[in-house]
Amino acid sequence: MSNAHSHDDIKKHVRTYMVIFFALLVGTVVTVWLNSVHFESAALTIGIALFVAIIKAGLVAGFFMHLLSEKKAIYMMLAVTIFFFVAMMFLFVWSRDQLPRGGEYTPTKYVPNPSAIGSY
Amino acid sequence: MEIPFTEKARPDTGLYNAKVGIWLFLASEVMLFGALFSAYILLRVGADPGTWPHGLLNIPIGTFNTAVLITSSVTVVLGWAALQMGDFKAYRKYQAVTILCALGFLGIKSFEYKDKFSHYEVWLKEPVTVKHGDKEVKTDRLLGHIDYNGVHPYFWKTETLAAKKVESFKFAPDPYHYTMSPREMAHAKQESSGHAHEMMEIKSSQVKRLSAFVPAHSTFFAIYFTLTALHGLHVLGGALVIAYIWGPGAKMWKTHPEQYINRVEVSGLFWHFVDLVWIFLFPVIYLL
Repeated sequence: MSNAHSHDDIKKHVRTYMVIFFALLVGTVVTVWLNSVHFESAALTIGIALFVAIIKAGLVAGFFMHLLSEKKAIYMMLAVTIFFFVAMMFLFVWSRDQLPRGGEYTPTKYVPNPSAIGSY
Repeated sequence: MEIPFTEKARPDTGLYNAKVGIWLFLASEVMLFGALFSAYILLRVGADPGTWPHGLLNIPIGTFNTAVLITSSVTVVLGWAALQMGDFKAYRKYQAVTILCALGFLGIKSFEYKDKFSHYEVWLKEPVTVKHGDKEVKTDRLLGHIDYNGVHPYFWKTETLAAKKVESFKFAPDPYHYTMSPREMAHAKQESSGHAHEMMEIKSSQVKRLSAFVPAHSTFFAIYFTLTALHGLHVLGGALVIAYIWGPGAKMWKTHPEQYINRVEVSGLFWHFVDLVWIFLFPVIYLL
């Protein structure tokens, strides 16, 4: 509750918010700059972009949404969310050999094609 | 009837009820955007090599819009902090910036959309020779802008040519195509920057397919418009709620200040989530 914080505490928070703000702007510039570098490996390009995005998202969630100091009830709700979110993201990885590829799609014939995934 | 725990925390959760509510809502939003993100990955991984459009979005504008959203997110927390210290005037100023940023974001996004709706790809029956950067290439697929009797039309498709009885139209081809690699494309753009586009005449009988950059163009634009429009609706909704609390809803500050601060916090949580989605959308859609 708001009354639990003294004015000094809030002023300290405001300084943190400003630091996070600049960190987010720097993160945006870094993302765009790294993208103009054109790494040979597509996996590296995607990895770096997602890494910076996850750090930025962590800063927003941790400080702006003050998740770093929340109550247990919210952590429990988010744990369930993360579980289902990750499961959903993995659904297509688990079924990748059955995915339609471009114009060709052979639903009955199972053809393992390890080179098909990750080409970009 | 009085709604319980709008100000004080419920003993078992340690939270006022609206906060539990907004987090449950955000959890469902994570799944909504997560489903569309996984659809994006599926379409992208499933695309045949060289068929996924890339490099067609305006990166400087996207970067600027990212900065606009980040700014609005920090003014939300600054406004909330000011309110906790009892400084209503400062809160009003910060949230005014938030609302302006939200409108700015939507304005810029509409400008981007408008630009896409008059940008075309044309598939030809016979290949033609065009300049890509410093190279001459023979190709049957061109990107560019249509000039028909001095106007740049929007939303034309293959059927439009017959419907409007267009026999031929002028076309200003772009010096690149997304079938190039990202590196080649960047090179071609750089080589040709500053040069005037050479107009060419295209006969309608030569056109196999014509499409503006609309959802029907490709799975890329379909998922691009789905994701960004859904995000745009969230920006609009969030801005409306924040503006209501800022304007007509501000009467509550006099009668129930604690509840008012909580409302500002909860609307802020939603706003940060919208910012968070964009933090992933921008690199994934504009850059990768």
